[in-house]
Amino acid sequence: MEFYHFTEFAWPHLPPEDEFTSARLNLPSSVYDPEKGADLLNMCLDQHVLADELGLNCMVNEHHQTATCLNSSGVVPLSILARQTKNARILILGNPVANLADPIRCAEEMAMIDNISYGRLDCGFVRGVPYELFASNQNPTETSERLWESIGLIQKAWTTHDGPFNYEGKWLHKRQVNVWPRPYQQPHPPIWTTGGSDIAHACRTVSNGFTFAMFLTPVDKLAAMFKGVRKWCRDQGLERPTDDKFAFMPLVAVGETEKEAREVIERVFWYVVNNKAEAQHRAPPGYVETSLFADFLSGRFTGGRTDAIRTKGMEYFRENHVAIYGTPENVVNQIKSLHKKSGGFGHLVAMLHAGDMDFEMTAKSMTLFGQKVAPHLKDLGSVSTSFGPLRKRGAKKAA
Amino acid sequence: MKSEFEILKIANTRVEAEYLGNGPPLIFLHGEDGFEINSSLVSRLAHKFHIIAPRLPGFGKTQLQDNIRNIDDVSYIWLDLLDRLDVKDAVVLGFSVGGWLALEMATKNTSRMACMVLTGSVGVKFGGAYDRDIEDIYFHEAKTVRSMRFVDAEKDPHYDLTGLSKGEALALARSREAIAKICWKPYFHNPSLRQRLNRVNIPAQVIWGGKDRMTLPKYGRALAKALPDANFAAIPGSAHFPHIEQPDLFWGVLNDFLDRFNER
Repeated sequence: MEFYHFTEFAWPHLPPEDEFTSARLNLPSSVYDPEKGADLLNMCLDQHVLADELGLNCMVNEHHQTATCLNSSGVVPLSILARQTKNARILILGNPVANLADPIRCAEEMAMIDNISYGRLDCGFVRGVPYELFASNQNPTETSERLWESIGLIQKAWTTHDGPFNYEGKWLHKRQVNVWPRPYQQPHPPIWTTGGSDIAHACRTVSNGFTFAMFLTPVDKLAAMFKGVRKWCRDQGLERPTDDKFAFMPLVAVGETEKEAREVIERVFWYVVNNKAEAQHRAPPGYVETSLFADFLSGRFTGGRTDAIRTKGMEYFRENHVAIYGTPENVVNQIKSLHKKSGGFGHLVAMLHAGDMDFEMTAKSMTLFGQKVAPHLKDLGSVSTSFGPLRKRGAKKAA
Repeated sequence: MKSEFEILKIANTRVEAEYLGNGPPLIFLHGEDGFEINSSLVSRLAHKFHIIAPRLPGFGKTQLQDNIRNIDDVSYIWLDLLDRLDVKDAVVLGFSVGGWLALEMATKNTSRMACMVLTGSVGVKFGGAYDRDIEDIYFHEAKTVRSMRFVDAEKDPHYDLTGLSKGEALALARSREAIAKICWKPYFHNPSLRQRLNRVNIPAQVIWGGKDRMTLPKYGRALAKALPDANFAAIPGSAHFPHIEQPDLFWGVLNDFLDRFNER
């Protein structure tokens, strides 16, 4: 199993909760203090440098117009980490290609970072959370198609080495595409996507040989998705996907004592509690499935994951493995248990920092995780020996 | 009076049309919420006109097909519909997005139209780059959006959706997705439409809610001014849907226009 450090670079100095309606989209930037913010951005980058020293990998993301994430471009921290880390895999999860004006620019940036890091890039492409449709002004009814069209075009751009090609597709029109430099990893960096309840998207991801990641999902739903994908592959006559085609991100805190870990996880949990948003920003028409949108309109669906998380206690989240915390031994056991119950996954992205946690508190939890948890689990889960789409069962033999 | 429904296949697109009443033809183009469908206005009009009311794709029994990306696409199919039904000298009524559709059609071909009435029509950009001509109905919370569109919140047919059955909720969801698909960006307008308005060579009446804050009355005045032959009328005590909030005042303005048109 591979382990990743993650912080969302969240701005913790929010006004009292009754004084703002949303931490996303419409919170004025006067709430942000550049003096404190510069320190925060650098502190979060320092965490990733420490992660590298501890033998952990790094994951960065991006969101827009929000206090919940100061990375308005994941490419910026990723570029820094390409130089400032030495051994870590650097994962961006991900590039919001469905919302980007130019996916070829993304292909170029990712290829550069792959070269600068000597092939340590894992490249995620995401559809983006619903809030992003307002910041990007992208049409919510188009994002699934745009995501997959962009991924296909970027793969083609990365793997075409005999001069320019032209592309006039449904949503994208590019002329004389000829990406320099090409990626360091051959044929291209590993690709990841994220998803919620859309099983077709998850199956498409995995069958293409990409890694499918889920965040903060209770174990029953996680298992339903991961097992659902494996069943679909079996039904399609495809080889069984290995565990490294699946990833999960829980909140994580490790302490020398249970009490210490509990105190830290409460601070990480800040992220969930303060992720305040207005209802209509969560459901622009066409973003979610029609039936879910219908439930939203008629008041049958009010909150979803975040609201459920807000209203239930910490023990509930430990039982469901959304929050993993405790002494190193305890955390090892929780991850083993989660791995088994979920049907198997090969990447654990640990959200080890949030809120007003300072560097020292974060570093201690990270260090215990890197030194006393990860080494006991590195052999957990199966790893693919081939790159590219899943093959038909028996195809290798026939060949 | 009983409606008849027909599903036609036009340019590989399934189009559902409702027919009602007797008299000269009236093309009835509903808005983004479909409030006008089954309204008292339709019943009143049916005593004077043969109403032809095509449903926007995504409303009623049809889906928004992949070949339709914007109102421009819809307008060609709707012009084909007028040809198919051999409509002559039709009065065209358009509400909000339906008004936009009427304008898109009229800038292309008015040979089957006599005159048109545009109520709270969108579709044209008049202001500068930093002006929001049409308020963002997706960004603001439902209560705020309602206050922009209705003087009296309780007049909103969608005031309370909690009583919708699963099927009704699904139909509403499908229609909202269809509107988002064709209206999200550019937001409820076609940047090319303003420069084409000179082609609308039929008389038009622009009707506006005096308190409309989704599209301010000054937008309606600008629209009337930009059309070659149009009048503007504001209806007090109403916002984006004067035909719902002040049906009698609306009926009066509508009939005054039609009487004047017939006297020409």
